[in-house]
Amino acid sequence: MDRLKKMFENTERKVLSIYFTAGYPQLNDTETIILELEKNGVDLIEIGIPFSDPLADGPIIQQSSYKAIENGMTLKLLFEQLKDIRQKTQIPLVLMGYLNSVIQFGEDEFCRKCVETGIDGVILPDLPLEYYEMKYQRLFKNHGLNLIMLISPQTSIERIQKIDAVSSGFLYLVSSNSITGGTENLGKQREYFKRISDMQLNNPTLAGFGIHDKESFEIATENTNGAIIGSAFIKSLEDQENLEKAVAKFLSPFKIDQCV
Amino acid sequence: MKPINGFYGEFGGAFIPEMLYPNVRELEKEYQYIIDSEDFQKEFRSLLRDYVGRPTPLYFSKNLSEKYQTNIYLKREDLNHTGAHKINNTIGQILLAKRVGKKRIIAETGAGQHGVATATACALVGMECSVFMGAVDIDRQAPNVQRMKLLGAKVIPATSGSQTLKDATNEAIREWINNPLDTHYIIGSVVGPHPYPDMVAQFQSIISEEIKNQLFDQTGKEAPDHVIACVGGGSNAIGAFYHFIDNDITQLIAVEAAGHGVQTGKTAATIALGKKGIIHGSQTFLMQTEDGQIVEPHSISAGLDYPGIGPIHAYLSESKKAKIVSISDQEAIEAGIFLSRTEGIIPALESAHALAYLEKENFGKEEIVVVNLSGRGDKDMVTYEKYI
Repeated sequence: MDRLKKMFENTERKVLSIYFTAGYPQLNDTETIILELEKNGVDLIEIGIPFSDPLADGPIIQQSSYKAIENGMTLKLLFEQLKDIRQKTQIPLVLMGYLNSVIQFGEDEFCRKCVETGIDGVILPDLPLEYYEMKYQRLFKNHGLNLIMLISPQTSIERIQKIDAVSSGFLYLVSSNSITGGTENLGKQREYFKRISDMQLNNPTLAGFGIHDKESFEIATENTNGAIIGSAFIKSLEDQENLEKAVAKFLSPFKIDQCV
Repeated sequence: MKPINGFYGEFGGAFIPEMLYPNVRELEKEYQYIIDSEDFQKEFRSLLRDYVGRPTPLYFSKNLSEKYQTNIYLKREDLNHTGAHKINNTIGQILLAKRVGKKRIIAETGAGQHGVATATACALVGMECSVFMGAVDIDRQAPNVQRMKLLGAKVIPATSGSQTLKDATNEAIREWINNPLDTHYIIGSVVGPHPYPDMVAQFQSIISEEIKNQLFDQTGKEAPDHVIACVGGGSNAIGAFYHFIDNDITQLIAVEAAGHGVQTGKTAATIALGKKGIIHGSQTFLMQTEDGQIVEPHSISAGLDYPGIGPIHAYLSESKKAKIVSISDQEAIEAGIFLSRTEGIIPALESAHALAYLEKENFGKEEIVVVNLSGRGDKDMVTYEKYI
């Protein structure tokens, strides 16, 4: 039943995950983007809940969030837009957002809605390990919802082990200590990914932050199960009239890989 | 007033991305040990005395006391070096940053007061300094921008969101995430993730420590009956309250900025609007939409123009240990002009909010009321000018 687990088990190549901000570029693009991403070979989709003050995000995701909020996007509306999504696709879907949105929605109601909608996991970058254990772990477990946590290059070994024990779905390896959208040379991160890989963790790992094209994807996935592209994808949607074409164009370099 | 595991009741905590965890954890492990050390206290106290100009006077205002038929004392934080209480905190934090081996300082600023106080402290110890300031505020507060530049700081415009204080804070936090090893972030108020609220409160607690001693010297009394202070994030207020929390004598009065009025949508009265949530890593009251989007506040005073409130104040309010009131733009202006003309002291518009509350309550003839005059009003001349 666990779509995430099944996807990681059944995908032989490196997992390609795409992040986009719900409500951007247009308010009602959510479903189209999901279906087009799936059509173009993406394995996992992260749907961003737009927030006015996204601390961990760089300028591109910030801008898309402001635009989405201006367009009228809310968490309530997002669940409404996704109501029938499971009749159309079985691709794993993860929500990514900030804790304040979840608190205002109501934590219990949020989890219930996720399960009802067919959301497979949740990423909340400003919910640290300690508070998750203290306040939310039981709730997420009761709902059978995966909570995916972040690991950074500065995270200690002991802490990585704790995070691995508490998280489920996958682990989000922040490629460098930075906000999203950076373009730092990923080669420098090889050692860090290798170190994590050697730890033989329970969860699969996806690298994220700063991955923007085929080359950076390949470097990032040498020692991980896959990688996440966010800012670069969102940027490619900017000023695009035709979403189908824009998505296909962005993903075309990755497709060669799938034919092999 | 110490937090327990980083929380004041249900408020506070450190809701930060994993990338910031090592920085915040390092600070959490070190700060109390360093602050309590003899070496730190010696350097901190001597700089407060010889460089900042402390103790600041506790001035018995004869004219205000006659008008309001009570005993009014003004705590003259406006007489500090750089013109406000902000420097108490920046001196404390810069000494701390030096001791944990940081090479570079970042800060956020709204009106520019905290930015100037940070740039000043950095110049003093020879540390590189970058101050994030909303692009809108840079235009509104040109003299403070010039002061920061003269002091050798880099002023970086925050162009995201509403381009004001909350966005400058976001940008400073992002910069910290990107430079975790060599950089210390000097937050300007009792906001942000634990241990910042506690650390800043301790540095500002010098205000009430002095009030206590000065009041005893002048009147023989241990504590005032009322302490009034304005709250934006709440650092001058907690400084003025600190040593009087939990005594049975003193009523603590925190004055929020009502702006055009609490219910007008153009306000900064965060507690009055009372919705809990998370802002800048801390669980507290904040101004937000039903969907949890943080709303841009309004106040005539740039220093009170913050959509959150320090978690300590959220707790003082919730536990009824402090009385939370609000004062409108117009009332603050009138109080500022009145003090200028009756005492010859031009108060900052922030402090004018605290003064304006004197109109709202009848204090006893024998009672002692201390108003924290958090800063001087030179920076607000452009605003005052429109009303005189």
